[in-house]
Amino acid sequence: MPTIIKLENINKTYYNGSPLHVLKGIDLEIHEGEFVSIMGASGSGKSTLLNILGILDNYDTGEYYLNNVLIKNLSETRAAYFRNKLIGFVFQSFNLISFKNALENVALPLYYQKTGRKTRNKIALEYLDRLGLKEWAYHMPNELSGGQKQRVAIARALISKPQIILADEPTGALDSKTSVEVLDLLKKVNETGMTMIIVTHESGIANQTNKIIRLKDGIIESIDDNSEHNFSSFGFQNIK
Amino acid sequence: MISLLYEILNTIRRNKMRTFLTGFAVAWGIFMLIVLLGSGNGLKNGFASNFGDRLMNVVQIWGGRTNIPYAGFQSGRRIALDEKDLQFTSAEFDKYVNLIAGNINFGTKTLSYGTEYLSSNLQGVSPNRIIIDGLKITQGNGRFINDLDIREKRKVIVISQRAKDILFNSETAIGKNVNFDGIIYTVVGVYYIEDRQDAVGSYIPLSTSQTIYNRGIKISNFAFTLNENIYDKATNDEFMNSYRKRIAQVHQVSPEDDNAIWYGNRFESYLQMANISKFINIAVWIIGIFTLLSGIVGVSNIMLITVRERTREFGIRKSIGASPFSILKLVIVESIFITTIFGYIGLVCGVGITEFASQFFEPSSAGRNSFNAFLNPTVDINVAVQATLLLIIAGTLAGFFPALKAVQIKTIEALNNK
Ligand SMILES: Nc1ncnc2c1ncn2[C@@H]1O[C@H](COP(=O)(O)OP(=O)(O)OP(=O)(O)O)[C@@H](O)[C@H]1O
Ligand SMILES: [Mg+2]
Repeated sequence: MPTIIKLENINKTYYNGSPLHVLKGIDLEIHEGEFVSIMGASGSGKSTLLNILGILDNYDTGEYYLNNVLIKNLSETRAAYFRNKLIGFVFQSFNLISFKNALENVALPLYYQKTGRKTRNKIALEYLDRLGLKEWAYHMPNELSGGQKQRVAIARALISKPQIILADEPTGALDSKTSVEVLDLLKKVNETGMTMIIVTHESGIANQTNKIIRLKDGIIESIDDNSEHNFSSFGFQNIK
Repeated sequence: MISLLYEILNTIRRNKMRTFLTGFAVAWGIFMLIVLLGSGNGLKNGFASNFGDRLMNVVQIWGGRTNIPYAGFQSGRRIALDEKDLQFTSAEFDKYVNLIAGNINFGTKTLSYGTEYLSSNLQGVSPNRIIIDGLKITQGNGRFINDLDIREKRKVIVISQRAKDILFNSETAIGKNVNFDGIIYTVVGVYYIEDRQDAVGSYIPLSTSQTIYNRGIKISNFAFTLNENIYDKATNDEFMNSYRKRIAQVHQVSPEDDNAIWYGNRFESYLQMANISKFINIAVWIIGIFTLLSGIVGVSNIMLITVRERTREFGIRKSIGASPFSILKLVIVESIFITTIFGYIGLVCGVGITEFASQFFEPSSAGRNSFNAFLNPTVDINVAVQATLLLIIAGTLAGFFPALKAVQIKTIEALNNK
């Protein structure tokens, strides 16, 4: 499979108050269609890394190639274009627009692709239907449960047919049962060929993914193949 | 663009409170401004109306009786004006004098038609009297005394609207013969004076009156208008001094004799009124500017808060592909949309209320001594529209700068904005 994401020696420092060197030389390669999780202690830089991958944030040194395009010092307009075309986000806090109903939230990426209103609402309804939310299409976010909100957010991430889904603790705000449902959903999405990168704390979640990246203090501690899904919170079980 | 409008309408519909607050600030600012300007205009018009349509720059001269013996004459001598006074005035003071008109006043006698009658003052006048006295003759109501009347000494008369109503009721008066103190005149015109509907004076040609009443070249009084060379108190005083000296010399009276020749100079009262108007104007503009400023500040504040509140929304929009420009456009068009609609509402309400109020301040018809303190408190629609546009622009700028700032916030920071 061709490489879709390539990081070379990425460094990132936050300069609020005393400088905080968060990413200290990240090298990473992710191929099309991979299902990857990023784990690590709180403050290890998982979100920072994911935000850089999603061009929501910039990095200081190193090189980031997305689809073989160098993503560096992009104008906001260019960045927005890439996000719209290539990337779908799923956030822990859902990030739905509160005054728009489920359908309008899902349809919004298509608005920025200049799709007509009728068409985009029709497509959005299809996506909501696929995620079992057809009856909730005209409900406002505050009328939805956490799991429903996250499914709306997933529908919104999918609607522009991106190549990559970036999910930052997508189940962080959900109960265990809903977490499983949401993860199954993401898994199915991945099976359609979409690259999927999930930041998570939960080993149960990570174990569903095919590759686990461990971050520690801003460097990649390990990258482990998990296609056998035999990962436990205590490390890999040694079956050999 | 249609898509953008849909997006904005949706936002407005779902954020009614915010929309209302912004809109109210705009509508209220415009409304207050118009009511204020209207009130100012009402005061100004009230003052102005007390001078009516009579020309502001008119000097009237009457003959009196001497108080001071002079040039061998005893005191108590009657000073009679005549047409020679008109001649020297227009010849020697042509630098300042525009129109000049002599006038014979025959006092108040009975004017009748058939069985209807009333008491009316009669004056012999020249054609330009219509300007000096500020008379109006509408279409279909005939004409004023003209040069032909003067030349041919016609027995024609111009009566007031009120006299016409009494004598003729709804019949036409033009062409009918009326009787003034035993002499028959043909009505050629019906005049009215804007704020004096009760005026009943009648006018006949000066030449006719001189013949009929055997007055020779004598006149009761005369009036002339001053041109733009008299523009303030100093030029007016200077002119009046030299004019008094000259007319005293012509009639051989002491220049110190205040009783020999009487003057009425409306320019002085005009100047007073102009000063009052100027003062009201300045006051209204100062208050108006502050009203407008407070409106602008109000709108700016709301826009500032609105944009700050929407930072996270903007972050979400950017994360799914909105360019900074598209967000800026969203804010600006929404701001223009709201301020325009509510500005228009404020405009309509303001103009509506000033028009409504002006009904209650009809010019009083209580007679010559009536006084209008407040009249026609309406606003020049251009000023109102300009003020509305100004507020729209201000509202837009007020939205633009915070929006520009909000858009420049990094997407991730906007997303994490709580
Ligand atoms: N905008 C910011 N400005 C300054 N410091 C920041 C900023 N964002 C994150 N940090 C700091 O950078 C470090 C890494 O943050 P990051 O959010 O990437 O951690 P994380 O691995 O996602 O943690 P968690 O599991 O708690 O979400 C933390 O110490 C955090 O406090
Ligand atoms: Mg995090």
